[in-house]
Amino acid sequence: MSLPVSIPRLIGLFAVLTAVTAFAATFSNAPAYRQIPAGTGVIKFSFSHSADRGRECRRRTPEELAKLPPNMRRPLDCPRSRRAIFAELAIDDVVVFSKELPPSGFAKDGPSQVYRRFMVAAGSHTIAARLRDTPRASGFDHERIEAVSVRPGQSLALDFRPEHGGFIWR
Amino acid sequence: MIALVRRGTARGFDAAERGLNRLAGPAVNPLAQLGALGFFLFWIVVVSGIYLFMLFDTGVENAHASIEWYSTRYAWHAGVMRSFHRYASDMMIVVMALHLLREFSRDRYRGGRWFSWVTGVPVIWFLYMSGITGYWLVWDQLAQYIATTSTELLDWLPIFGEPIARNFLAPSSLSNRFFTLLVFLHIAVPLLLLFMLWIHIQRITRPKVNPPRTLAALTMLALLAVSIVKPALSQGAADLAKVPSPVGLDWFYLPLYPLADAAPGALWGLLGAATVMLAAMPWLPPLRRMKPATVDLDHCNGCGRCVEDCPYDALQLVLRSDGLPYHVEVVVNTDKCVSCGICTGACPSSTPFRSTGPLDTGIDLPDVTFASMRERLHELAARDTSSPRLLVIGCWHGAAAARGEDVLSLPCVAAAPPSLIDYALSRGLVDGVVIAGCSESACYNRLGVEWMQQRIAGERNPYLRSRVPRDRILSVWASPAEGARLDHEINTFKVRLAKLAQEQPQQQTTETPTTVREAAS
Ligand code: HEM
Ligand code: SF4
Ligand code: SF4
Repeated sequence: MSLPVSIPRLIGLFAVLTAVTAFAATFSNAPAYRQIPAGTGVIKFSFSHSADRGRECRRRTPEELAKLPPNMRRPLDCPRSRRAIFAELAIDDVVVFSKELPPSGFAKDGPSQVYRRFMVAAGSHTIAARLRDTPRASGFDHERIEAVSVRPGQSLALDFRPEHGGFIWR
Repeated sequence: MIALVRRGTARGFDAAERGLNRLAGPAVNPLAQLGALGFFLFWIVVVSGIYLFMLFDTGVENAHASIEWYSTRYAWHAGVMRSFHRYASDMMIVVMALHLLREFSRDRYRGGRWFSWVTGVPVIWFLYMSGITGYWLVWDQLAQYIATTSTELLDWLPIFGEPIARNFLAPSSLSNRFFTLLVFLHIAVPLLLLFMLWIHIQRITRPKVNPPRTLAALTMLALLAVSIVKPALSQGAADLAKVPSPVGLDWFYLPLYPLADAAPGALWGLLGAATVMLAAMPWLPPLRRMKPATVDLDHCNGCGRCVEDCPYDALQLVLRSDGLPYHVEVVVNTDKCVSCGICTGACPSSTPFRSTGPLDTGIDLPDVTFASMRERLHELAARDTSSPRLLVIGCWHGAAAARGEDVLSLPCVAAAPPSLIDYALSRGLVDGVVIAGCSESACYNRLGVEWMQQRIAGERNPYLRSRVPRDRILSVWASPAEGARLDHEINTFKVRLAKLAQEQPQQQTTETPTTVREAAS
């Protein structure tokens, strides 16, 4: 059997292909990338929480019911849309997040949501999280203020779970 | 601007291709096989992927451990397979990028070629999605970085209800459900990729989807060598209580991830703009589309040679419509036709020996007619007072393009039927014929060089008749950058012809060879 390509040519081509493959392998996991500088950590502030309905349910009058098509004659008229939530996060008394979070979904009936990442230097920090989900105009319905110590490279998550009593670290 | 970039890139490819042609020969030049190599690497990834999947634990708790287990415990097979899987995937990016750049630099994406280009764009997306979901499954620190950054990036788009990044908020939020979805995606997206690749090559005939065996074997060996020296490994188990930083990135699949961290909106803008721009490129000016080939049924006997030779799947045989006593006739799909003229070169009716009536042929380019070829030949021969007299049949895309004046210039050398060479020599119009086409590894019209070589060698219809003295024909396959080589070869050829003239003065024949109907039988 005779080779279609001579031996020196085969070796040459093999060398080229190996070089390209080695190039691919080299940059397949290097150089390394630093998402956050050394000596810092991350606090994630995130929750998904539904506030109350915008207003109370109302009992429909018999006349109103009669006007509705038979399959939609429900005695209670409940608004679908929910109230917006106001949330605030302060790190060492600096407010880093303060925002009204509208309900999600087309019908505005989904939970209000937030997901934010904050970089902090390693060490102790006072974290204050506050949230308003009722009609009150000022003040907050939930609050958690706590000193936390952040290790370098640590990732802490502050969630809101009313069934667990409000803001919780996860 | 684009033209400038194109010229620079073309020069780079040209130099590299010439180097590789010299090193390994045009038959196995990897730069001439990029599409085929892409397919080959894809199959390597598929086979190694199936192998790894059999050993992989698809639950998020054990995924990382199972990979660690098989790549250390069974390093000599599963570990090698893993390296094959990763490095062949990386090579796919390298090969795809080169392939895209090469088609761009050769200006092979406009006109009838738009289809391959535009269907290449989703291929890029699917390949990236395949790679990214693959890295995710390892569930090591890189996977964790990819998980958070990808989901944060997706959450920037207002399409998901709950932020999907919340799936990776903390160790307790990790769910198997999401991981199962990823396993599914890492199988489904590569299938979509394969489907798209199949569509990608629908509009060309005889697509090169398998590299020559020698090249394939060496590619495997190279992968093996690198896999043994630098096995692909994981980067420590994922831990959502920590930020994976620093993390070793795959810079082929994840080069834009740092930007996703910093400015997700800007990244989406960039990706959107790049995608639209890329997909629109075939229609960006300068638009210079030549008229597609036209059929003259009076001269078509339905032999199908043009259909055989068309590189762009633009011709089809259909039932005869004009009552002539042939079964079929040829029709042109004008959208696919790139006006290379190879069909004219293939048609038995393209015979210059006819002396009565207009020189019509079965299939012709309105902008470069067969009649105009013969006319130009006569004009050049009459003008050439040197000795020996030469006919240079030059391709627009090869080294002859720069010579201008003294060339019978064609979109492809294979647009000239072999009978034209016979005619020029046997009628004593010239003493020698030079066929100056594209570089052998880079035929602009894909198959022109190959068909011309086979026609001259008598291996493909229409043959160059055996009576034509082969020592009076010179074929030079050279890129536009190789003008000097072309000149040199032509000069050497002239010396040879002069010597021939002393030994055996050329005889002239007036006999008219094959007519259409004979050729058909
Ligand atoms: C891994 C991904 C890809 C693979 C495996 C692949 C494969 C191929 C193959 C096998 C051919 C036929 C080559 C021939 O026989 O002449 C081809 C042609 C082509 N490809 Fe790709 N391709 C890929 C990605 C792309 C991309 C991203 C683009 C550009 C956006 C692209 C643009 C083209 C063009 C324009 C042609 C036609 C060339 C011509 O008209 O002669 N390809 N590709
Ligand atoms: S010119 Fe002829 S060979 Fe070339 S693409 Fe058109 S139909 Fe096909
Ligand atoms: S090669 Fe010429 S004769 Fe044959 S089918 Fe094509 S056009 Fe008709």
